[in-house]
Amino acid sequence: MIVAVAKPIADIVAMIDRYDKIILAGCKACVAVCAAGGEKEVQLLASALKTARKTGGREIEIREITLERQCDPEYVEQIRGFAGEYQAILSIACGVGVQYMAEHYKNIPALPGLNTAFMGGSLEQGVWSERCQGCGTCILHLTGGICPVTRCSKSLFNGPCGGSSKGKCEVNPEIECGWQLIIDRLKALGEFENRFAELFPIKDWSTSRDGGLRRITREDLRQ
Amino acid sequence: MRRSYPANVKLIRVPCTGRVDEVHFLKAFEQGIDGVYVAGCLEGECHFLRGNLRAKKRVGHVKRILTALGINPERLQMYNLSAAMGGRFVEIAQEMTEKVRALGPSPVKTGQGREFIEEQGEGKKR
Repeated sequence: MIVAVAKPIADIVAMIDRYDKIILAGCKACVAVCAAGGEKEVQLLASALKTARKTGGREIEIREITLERQCDPEYVEQIRGFAGEYQAILSIACGVGVQYMAEHYKNIPALPGLNTAFMGGSLEQGVWSERCQGCGTCILHLTGGICPVTRCSKSLFNGPCGGSSKGKCEVNPEIECGWQLIIDRLKALGEFENRFAELFPIKDWSTSRDGGLRRITREDLRQ
Repeated sequence: MRRSYPANVKLIRVPCTGRVDEVHFLKAFEQGIDGVYVAGCLEGECHFLRGNLRAKKRVGHVKRILTALGINPERLQMYNLSAAMGGRFVEIAQEMTEKVRALGPSPVKTGQGREFIEEQGEGKKR
């Protein structure tokens, strides 16, 4: 899922200071799962913002809504009927959701209520960790199912580097060395000998961020 | 026992403090309530195992939100007592009433800005 965390309330209060009538839009997808932007968080944030406003002797009208997803036009369009009555849209979806709001409602400012962090999963309740950087060319079949782009702090393809010590990374002793994990896993799978001896060729990063804005077109699905 | 507790304390009954959600506290403060406290069972004595511990965490979370909003987090408290501790119930109601009275009306009602400024993790009155 896309993992995000709430921006500090003070930042959001400052962001909406000049508006008196806003839409607070949550998203029922990834950010609801990571407890940052779902229905419950919409309720909490709306109440907190109204409380903050009242302590300053002012009021704010907040229309609370949680969309199925904010990354699909048909759901973003669901607020079309009343969006024009509001001065701003505060989205607590990921960065995609905020931008979709901005693209669909051109005359209304779209504001981010979250900091979008990474693509990852939950380790336990309340703890999430990054797993994928969306480099566009997956090589997990060669590295024992452990991603060197994400798990190695330096995204090395022929690791480990000299900064690997007792299975930990020099960048932060709390981070496990991605290449130690890969080697251990390949050994456990009995694939270490034939895989590790091979050098990875230079990676083509054009499928990653280096190639500019990415876009996928599936002609079989297109209408 | 027939002991009385301050009339300003309004009881809201829930099946277990585990039912109490962050938004319940926040809605109360949003409406201008001066203070809220949760009276949960003794720790380790929850009939549903962890209800009171969940409530404790939620109280902690909302205290942090209140701090960020400039409302004194002391206005929200969690107490633990058993159903057999009537005397303690009265004491807590009095203690909380005095505490909130000393803090004065909620800034939500007065509209005079933050009453509380967080300073290096330690709170300070305005």
